[in-house]
Amino acid sequence: MFDQLSDRLQATLSDVRSRGKLTEADVDAAMREIRLALLEADVNFKVVKSFTSAVKERCLGEEVLGSLNPGQQVVKIVNEELAALMGGAGRELALASAGTTVILMAGLQGSGKTTACAKLAKLLAKDGKTVALAACDLQRPAAVEQLVTLGKQAGATVYEQGTERDPVEVAEWAVGQAKAQSKDVLIVDTAGRLHVDEELMAELSRIRKRTKPHDVLLTVDAMTGQDAVNVAERFAEHAEFDGVLMTKLDGDARGGAALSVKAVTGKPILYASTGEKLAELERFHPERMASRILGMGDVMSLIEKAEEVSDTEDAADLERKIRRQQFTLEDFLKQMRQVRKMGPLTNVLGLMPGMGKAMKELRSANMDERELDRLEAIILSMTPAERAKPDLIDGARRKRIAQGSGTTVQAVNQLVKQFGQMRKMMAQLAKGKMPDPQQLMRGMR
Amino acid sequence: MARSWQEAVDTGSETPPATASAPEGDGERRGAFSRLRESLSRSRQALAAEISASVTDKLDAEAFERLEEALIMADVGAPTTAEIVGRLEQEVEAGELTGGEAVRERLVTLLSDLATSEQDRIDVRARPAVVMVVGVNGTGKTTTIGKLAWHLRHELGLRVLVAAADTYRAAAIEQLETWAERAEAEIVKGTPGGDAGAVVFDAIGAAEARDADVVIADTAGRLHTHGNLMEELAKVRRVAEGRLDGAPHETLIVIDATTGQNGLRQAQAFADAVDVTGVAITKLDGTAKGGIALAIARELGIPVKLIGVGEGIEDLRPFDASEFASALVDA
Repeated sequence: MFDQLSDRLQATLSDVRSRGKLTEADVDAAMREIRLALLEADVNFKVVKSFTSAVKERCLGEEVLGSLNPGQQVVKIVNEELAALMGGAGRELALASAGTTVILMAGLQGSGKTTACAKLAKLLAKDGKTVALAACDLQRPAAVEQLVTLGKQAGATVYEQGTERDPVEVAEWAVGQAKAQSKDVLIVDTAGRLHVDEELMAELSRIRKRTKPHDVLLTVDAMTGQDAVNVAERFAEHAEFDGVLMTKLDGDARGGAALSVKAVTGKPILYASTGEKLAELERFHPERMASRILGMGDVMSLIEKAEEVSDTEDAADLERKIRRQQFTLEDFLKQMRQVRKMGPLTNVLGLMPGMGKAMKELRSANMDERELDRLEAIILSMTPAERAKPDLIDGARRKRIAQGSGTTVQAVNQLVKQFGQMRKMMAQLAKGKMPDPQQLMRGMR
Repeated sequence: MARSWQEAVDTGSETPPATASAPEGDGERRGAFSRLRESLSRSRQALAAEISASVTDKLDAEAFERLEEALIMADVGAPTTAEIVGRLEQEVEAGELTGGEAVRERLVTLLSDLATSEQDRIDVRARPAVVMVVGVNGTGKTTTIGKLAWHLRHELGLRVLVAAADTYRAAAIEQLETWAERAEAEIVKGTPGGDAGAVVFDAIGAAEARDADVVIADTAGRLHTHGNLMEELAKVRRVAEGRLDGAPHETLIVIDATTGQNGLRQAQAFADAVDVTGVAITKLDGTAKGGIALAIARELGIPVKLIGVGEGIEDLRPFDASEFASALVDA
């Protein structure tokens, strides 16, 4: 959760009275918290060990800055070290200067290779490249069909030869096709395979040798636990991958596997996949990943998402309504749903202006997803007229709404009251006056 | 020894019906156990090495630290690990455990206890029984359904109908069709992009009409952080409930053994949305130890019912807590 780590650290370091360097005891205590946080985040145990000892060195050397409390200071150092570890001199996707660039995709079963292939195709096509896909996963039922469908969506040609041939042969044939048709890029999908399956790893090695790829990407699921290092090491050995594509980052896995893979293989993470739709692939941002691993939320991505999710027209319309206090429960429902689309509630609320300090209040007020479910149910049990004009809602209507939403008349009352107050607050905000966050929170309870 | 399918699945009958294959005798069971051990061998070796290194007769702080490390690396998670290692330390201190072997046995027992549950059977007593399969993307739901369908048929003689209610993912319906064919199960499908609930509705109707014993519904993989998708899943469940009293009788969440601590959040979120009754943990043929299953059992009380140990149709086993725990610890 937002700032939970620095809170915890501050609690641990609350005895640090003197300014000056942090003592070794202080740092050891802090490192225990960091270690826990990293393990919770699924960073590999051994990586955590070496990381915390490196960080400990730095902490011992640093002065305690005036502006930050010791807890925040440690987090700052850890964040920087993590970002440095995650980033470093990563190389871009290597594109051939002339001829067809071949990209080979490898990884465990279910890691998201096929989807990633199509996404990458779409991304490169956007840059004006002609892209083809090679269907070399002949193991998974209907994998070829899946790639054919996705290829159409991505605007890429798909080379396939059914499932009876040797995947190595199909791969080589596809490269020939791509070259003959002067494609700029060929992305080769392969079957998911276990890093300990010697036969299949040997096959992957053969595919690599035959297709001579310019890039070999390993797809890694963001929710992978301690095992990530084993997978990465073996794939590094057999597939000699150049970079990693992390998938399913739209989940809430902290993604420690990213750190583990980078630490153990030195290979950079090039891309982050953030959803199932083909457009949802972006360059990887090491600092954001560092914050996420530490449990501080992926702030930048959320802001971008927030900007994405609100249509500019809707936003202007909404602003006007707010100013005129014409903001209805219907609008509220819409906003709430947009907010929910963006992810865990407390992360997103933390971004809204003035909410930073009020976050703690909010958390204690328990505005969690379940609360929103209830609110949503209540609003949905209202008629459009009632949502537009909550003043209409008399006793009989309240009863009906309560029954329809499976809640109580008191809950309905509270929503209507809170909404009224919130509407006033928002009007103030829109007029440029900053409402007292305390007051805002009290109104929301 | 290993749990048989007859033990693991509650069909409602006292004696198991005539099965399509020979009944599992003692020899079969031992064979199944050694196959399981083989599949898990890779997972165990590293852990076993750690444990043997840890549980030499010198039970000092370092030994316990190594034990802790081994459990963390098995994805058991820090809280559960702390509890177990804490217990062992206490018992050693109290003189209740002496020597490496005793500690090892005790560890197996503790791990096994964590994963044992009263409700560890798969409930297919109703006719038709409806089993809903859910989980995040890529965990192996469709493959597990194929395997389950096959085992229900071959081990228990049940007629299975699968519902292709993953109407979202490209070629998901074709994928399930292939499995249905391999498992000799019937299939009910809708149109790609169509309503998932409608497919389940139709499947239940078809099962009733055709006298099928079990309906297994595939659903689209979805990340639990997407509220709207979780709501959609809840809706699919409500459709099943509405169509048939008591349905779904079993809701299994499929968790990938390589999943780290996020597995807990997944299980919690799915349980909140659709009331999960069991866990199927897959891909245990890799090097991941699947410790997250223990964490889920302990912290959420959701019983583990099945384990997947490969991509072949036979590679599914009823979960057995003590077998799982000892296979994890033994060499």
